[in-house]
Amino acid sequence: MMRFMLPLAVFIILVIFLGIGLTLNPRQVPSPLIDKPAPTFQLQQLHDPDKTLSSTENLGKVWMLNVWASWCVACRDEHPLLVELSKLGIVPIYGLNYKDQRDTAMQWLKQYGNPYTASIVDADGRVGIDYGVYGVPETYVIDKEGIIRYKHIGPVTVKSLQDKILPLIKELES
Amino acid sequence: MIKLVAHGSFVAAARQWLVMLMLSFMAGLSMASEAVPVAEDPELEKRLVNLAENLRCLVCQNESLAGSRADFANDLRREIREQMRANKSDDEIIEFLVARYGDFVLYNPPLKSTTWLLWFGPFVLFLGGAVALMLYLRRRRSQITESPLTENQRLQAESLIKEINKD
Repeated sequence: MMRFMLPLAVFIILVIFLGIGLTLNPRQVPSPLIDKPAPTFQLQQLHDPDKTLSSTENLGKVWMLNVWASWCVACRDEHPLLVELSKLGIVPIYGLNYKDQRDTAMQWLKQYGNPYTASIVDADGRVGIDYGVYGVPETYVIDKEGIIRYKHIGPVTVKSLQDKILPLIKELES
Repeated sequence: MIKLVAHGSFVAAARQWLVMLMLSFMAGLSMASEAVPVAEDPELEKRLVNLAENLRCLVCQNESLAGSRADFANDLRREIREQMRANKSDDEIIEFLVARYGDFVLYNPPLKSTTWLLWFGPFVLFLGGAVALMLYLRRRRSQITESPLTENQRLQAESLIKEINKD
């Protein structure tokens, strides 16, 4: 009996490791920017090219940065949720319009609703690189000190809002 | 006279041929100038490919940054190119990318406490296997006791061998 125990134990440990590996989503790459200061930017605003927005203007408040584009299909999935969230007035949502055309982006917001306090234009994706963006949509929660506290990859869902984002924002606000 | 005419037509043909040749040459030149952006600085491109081959494209995770046609890979290649032109070393560029995208961009995971299992695990398994095998063999050897054949058994074996040799 004992002679089978050791190989069996090794096998079970292997199965556990492989099982964990299988349930991980390879698309969810943990960001090294969590708990680091949000990269600074100074970008043109989407609706008013003459005005810029800099990341330092948001110091002192908790805010969300949502990376979106009119060419991004998954953004359409999360958009109604963001519109709803913006109506609640819990947290200001800023949009980073990633590698998009200004007029199509504005048309897109007109059609699907605009949840953003302001959208800024990252036409060549440079600020995206600074934020470690590798897919759209991505959403960041940034605290009063300008530290990135959370990154959500892919469309925001009701579940992720309830379980993670809203409790975190509440905690950061207090 | 005939000779002269013939000669004249030869010159005309040669001139026409020469013009054609020059035209085609110029066409070749203009085509070459269109392809320039890639080969603008072959030295730098080579360095870029060398570096990017060891970096993962995060959008298409089984491709390297050098081989991927994804827009994302294009952007990162542009970024790396610019940093190379600004005389950044390969290490500095890698540091830049890891700060933004994490160790996951590296195909070669760095040696640190969280990756010890990854780096040394196979060797530990191998050593463990070797030790287990040695112990097993040693134990088996001690279990085997020599028991010489009895006289009867020996005779029986010999007759069997003889029978086989007869065939």
